[in-house]
Amino acid sequence: MTLTAFAFYVFAITVVTSGLFVVVSKNPVHSVLWLILSFLSSAGLFVLLGAEFVAMLLVIVYVGAVAVLFLFVVMMLDVDFAELKAEMAKYVPLALLIGVVLLMQLGMVLGTWTSSEAAMDLRGAVAPAIEGTHNTAALGRLIYDDYIYLFQAAGLILLVAMIGAIVLTLRHRPNIKRQNVMAQMHRDPAKAMELKDMKPGQGL
Amino acid sequence: MISSDISTVLPEIVLAVFAMGALMFAVYTGKDKTAPMILWLTAMVLAGIGIWVAISGNGSRVAFGGAFVDDAFSRYAKVIILLSASAILLMSQDYMTKRGLMLFEFPILVALAVVGMMMMVSAGDLMALYMGLELQSLSLYVVAALRRDSVKSTEAGLKYFVLGALSSGLLLYGASLTYGFAGTTLFSGIITTVEAGHVPLGMLFGLVFIAAGLAFKVSAAPFHMWTPDVYEGSPTPVTAFFATAPKIAAMGLFARVLYDAFGNAVADWSQILAFLSVASMFLGAVAAIGQRNIKRLMAYSSIAHMGFALMGLASGTVFGVQAMLVYMAIYVTMNIGTFAFILSMEKDGQPVTDIDSLNMYSKHDPLRAVAMMVLLFSLAGVPPLVGFFGKYYVLLAAVQAGMSWLAIAGVVASVIGAFYYLRIVYFMYFGEEGDMLDKAKSPILWGFLMASAAIMVVGVVNLFGIEGFAAAAAETLVR
Repeated sequence: MTLTAFAFYVFAITVVTSGLFVVVSKNPVHSVLWLILSFLSSAGLFVLLGAEFVAMLLVIVYVGAVAVLFLFVVMMLDVDFAELKAEMAKYVPLALLIGVVLLMQLGMVLGTWTSSEAAMDLRGAVAPAIEGTHNTAALGRLIYDDYIYLFQAAGLILLVAMIGAIVLTLRHRPNIKRQNVMAQMHRDPAKAMELKDMKPGQGL
Repeated sequence: MISSDISTVLPEIVLAVFAMGALMFAVYTGKDKTAPMILWLTAMVLAGIGIWVAISGNGSRVAFGGAFVDDAFSRYAKVIILLSASAILLMSQDYMTKRGLMLFEFPILVALAVVGMMMMVSAGDLMALYMGLELQSLSLYVVAALRRDSVKSTEAGLKYFVLGALSSGLLLYGASLTYGFAGTTLFSGIITTVEAGHVPLGMLFGLVFIAAGLAFKVSAAPFHMWTPDVYEGSPTPVTAFFATAPKIAAMGLFARVLYDAFGNAVADWSQILAFLSVASMFLGAVAAIGQRNIKRLMAYSSIAHMGFALMGLASGTVFGVQAMLVYMAIYVTMNIGTFAFILSMEKDGQPVTDIDSLNMYSKHDPLRAVAMMVLLFSLAGVPPLVGFFGKYYVLLAAVQAGMSWLAIAGVVASVIGAFYYLRIVYFMYFGEEGDMLDKAKSPILWGFLMASAAIMVVGVVNLFGIEGFAAAAAETLVR
């Protein structure tokens, strides 16, 4: 077994195992930690595929930002996951049955899987020539040149998500004091403060 | 290359830029005070672009390496989408203002949803399909939950979101299987990898998953579960919107994927669609019988209508696609009128959705009652109204394609379904005396109701020549 194959199996087994633990862990914080492990292992798989940029992206964006954000959300939300799980437990037998049937059917597909003869050529036709092009440059050309339409559409989708989050959650409460920076900066020390000369033993 | 690409997608770009401009304008000026103005402006822009798309362009063009297709089929769908969205926006103003829902984000989200729908019907690539679908769906999830202090509306939004996400997952899984087989996401590439008559198992699974995901979006049985709850919980103008434009977009997308990408496997998907069609027609007809809430009733009605439209698609012929397109245009026109009536149903200033409240409506407001009766007869498919011709075309398409059993099932379901439409007519004309609804005042709603009813009667002459456009559209899709 070559080193590459060994590394592949290590990473692949780690991804699948940690994925399983994401689902079955009792404590949601543990789930997020398992998720981080699975992200890291998939980054390893990407390195084996020669896609370093995607691997780094996975580590920086998913582990660095998304997973940490998940962790914060899970810790800050006051959700009783044990209760939710108990509710879910009622449906587990049925879900398992459906899951197993689906898995078997998909296994059957995998058993007789064939790709079209033209598939390899078609797959290669999209990407720039492998020799002499950096990973990042190739991705940049694909995303910002060939797939600019999809890239812009993704931007619109994010805009909608942002509008939606604001529409559904932002509430302007009246009668609360807000900080007014301009008013603070334009306070005049002469007017804001008054010095009184107090005589001993007398009130104001 | 890029300038011709941009000129091809110009209508979408104009609409998206308008939505973003309106958003900035409203945020930096009067916020919700500008909402009525933005709503009117959006409606005008949508209608304007609709007319622009209708009169501009002929022939077929592709942009961005095939990811975007502009042809007679996409233009036909786009015109209906844009005009119906514009009509629904105009109808919604009164209701939204009264219930304190006049947020400036509402028209903007509708405009962005329409951009997504236009991308859907023009998709020439699995990725473009998904992008358009998500842009549309995300906007719709938000507007479904717009009335956020109501539990029902929030539930509608959440339910729609969770089930929509599930269906997107199915769709993506199917897309990845298809890509795994074909090695390309372009429809024009996928079709070359399938030999006519012989579809490998992996590809077939991809097709089934994609069809299941799309059946969710058109709310075809057995993927319809979200529809009644979402229709009931959402604010009524939003329900009206759900019942019109997104249905055409999803149907158009369905047709496009099936013909552009899987056009060599007609026999394989035809049976899937025939099953979806029969299930939807019967479920829509039978389940609506027990409904007392007119919004839920319209939800089941839309499920049944989707069944009929799918019948056209299932026949797998040029005439079938043409029949589906004609059917959708008629369906949308009927629904705009019906929802114009539902939006004006009020008692003591509060909206009512109970069909019992329509008792003896004919005495109260004879003209509106007649208009509603015409629409209900048309929805039921009673000759000689236009709704009958829509059904006639799809049935004819099924018979011509040798699927007589499907056509017979359609007729039976149609007869069952007629019961609940006619029951509303019964309530309006022969019901018990009871509390009357408020006198409807809005001239806009009156106008749309009357116009829609008039179309149902006058349209029998030549269906306003829509057949010709539908035939041209079907011709470009089915090669």
